[in-house]
Amino acid sequence: MKRPIGVLPPEVETLLERALVAELTVIDAGGRPITYPLIPFYDGRRIYMTSSVLFSRKLHHIKANPKVAVALTDPVALRSEPFRRATIQGVAHVDDHDLHTGWEEILPLWRAKEPVIDYYLKRRFGIPLFFERAVIEIEPVRAFLWEAGDTTLPPKVFELAGAV
Amino acid sequence: MGSLRPEEAVARASGYPHAVLSYVGEDGYPFSIAGEFVADADRRRVEMGPLPSTPREGQTVNLTFSHIHPTEGGYDQRRYVSLWGRAEAGGGRVSVAVERASGWDEAETPFFEYCERGVPRGHEYFEGVGQGPRLGAGWLFFLATRLPFLTATIVPVALGGAVAASHGVWNWGLFWLTLAGASCIHLGLNIANDVFDDASGADAANLTPTPFSGGSRVIQYGLVGRRTMALSSLLFYLVGMGVGVYLAESRGRWLYLLGALGIALSVSYTAPPIRLVDRGVGEIAVGLGFGPITTLGAYFVQAQTLHWEAAYVSIPVAIFIALVLYVNEIPDREGDSAAGKRTLVVRWSRRRVVGAYALAASAAYLLIAAGALSGVSPPWTLAALATAPIARRVWRDLGLHYERAYELMPAIQSNIGLHLFTGLLILAGYLTTIIF
Repeated sequence: MKRPIGVLPPEVETLLERALVAELTVIDAGGRPITYPLIPFYDGRRIYMTSSVLFSRKLHHIKANPKVAVALTDPVALRSEPFRRATIQGVAHVDDHDLHTGWEEILPLWRAKEPVIDYYLKRRFGIPLFFERAVIEIEPVRAFLWEAGDTTLPPKVFELAGAV
Repeated sequence: MGSLRPEEAVARASGYPHAVLSYVGEDGYPFSIAGEFVADADRRRVEMGPLPSTPREGQTVNLTFSHIHPTEGGYDQRRYVSLWGRAEAGGGRVSVAVERASGWDEAETPFFEYCERGVPRGHEYFEGVGQGPRLGAGWLFFLATRLPFLTATIVPVALGGAVAASHGVWNWGLFWLTLAGASCIHLGLNIANDVFDDASGADAANLTPTPFSGGSRVIQYGLVGRRTMALSSLLFYLVGMGVGVYLAESRGRWLYLLGALGIALSVSYTAPPIRLVDRGVGEIAVGLGFGPITTLGAYFVQAQTLHWEAAYVSIPVAIFIALVLYVNEIPDREGDSAAGKRTLVVRWSRRRVVGAYALAASAAYLLIAAGALSGVSPPWTLAALATAPIARRVWRDLGLHYERAYELMPAIQSNIGLHLFTGLLILAGYLTTIIF
């Protein structure tokens, strides 16, 4: 199933928009997968995640190997009815040109998903390095969807046309 | 992310409802799939399946188990476990012999501590991208000077002035000048304390700082250099001393003695070679400095004489400010101990620390009551006893949360309020007497 670049199936978009947590898997220097639970954001074209410099190992891995996967798996964190599961493979880019304010471009997406972020932002001075953040931009290339979250069955696979 | 023993990690994993298996596919992309699993901690093994696709035999895979609890506008109860091992695949099932593991549970390692442990990695990243952390000048000043703690100076200066006013002498200009000079010395001390705690390694060793303890951390975070902090401290001390010299020359030379005592305590509190804080007398030094010395100094500036009433009423305030330091030292005790900072909390057992708090707070209230009932201080100062329930709550919470730095934060905050409100109520007692 071919879809235009950057356009994920609506079922996967819904999961991305609602998910409070997704599992980002990157590949380390030894070729091994490492998975990090992170909040995913989606603007209709790309998936965004942010990482504080305090937890920056994943950023090094992505810079060395940009191939990543984002899994949406947890029924509690997905808050989606009907329940589905999805994995999106993509190419990631780390935007760390301005760690202090660069990530604020995705703040509207963050605020929509986690309104309490404003409370912490007002107290940014209390944990200043936590808010020095890089943005992980992921361009989807392929999506896998499991209806009803049943991963014992083969997923629907969506190849995104023109993908890297 | 902290390392876990494989057996422990598998045992923890068994408490999660599903696993996420990740491996690198033939096309070089990682692939993740969730599913039910069986964990065997004794064999350090996790099995998943049936799955529609499986990793290659012997391929290194990752298994992640994560949990989050959505709340109104956010979430809590974050925890996860990540396992690595080689896959044995067959019949749509995958069995992983776990070789290494890591994870985080915010119930065990609070978020602030988790962040603090990442600071060295943050500095490495900044270095790699040629940037540094930033914070607005206003917030930086607020943090570096630990400005909110200025209440420790405002209360005794105001009290000294109020006692003088009750004796019939008052000058607004002198009051503000006294407050400005004493505040400069206090801010100089706060900054110097950070400089010396950075030099000794005490702040770096402290992985459980709170907004009220563990120093401002602007040096550890790379927001301000140690040299800049040292120069700022010196500047505050010089301005404070300049104000002190002016007041001593214009109001009376007793102020030289009080000022010299205050500055000597302030500097020797944290600076080598004396470092009173290392010798278990830091709390007493702070009590003297922010109690009798400041109150008597403020009284003398107004009245040009010393009076024992000013000294007496300052003692409860001195006890409460010493208790602020004392309670703030509880979450810092491991870092302090590692850096040779032998505070009373480091020296004493938990039981003794909590018991001594109750004794000291009780003594302060007894002094307030005795002063008011004997006529040393105005009867209205009895109003300060109204804060006793706060002291009791702090004492109870110290016993309950002694080992958990971040659960202790409300008690630390209440204890700071205890000093402020008790001081303000004593002050109000004097003002009521003056007005009526």
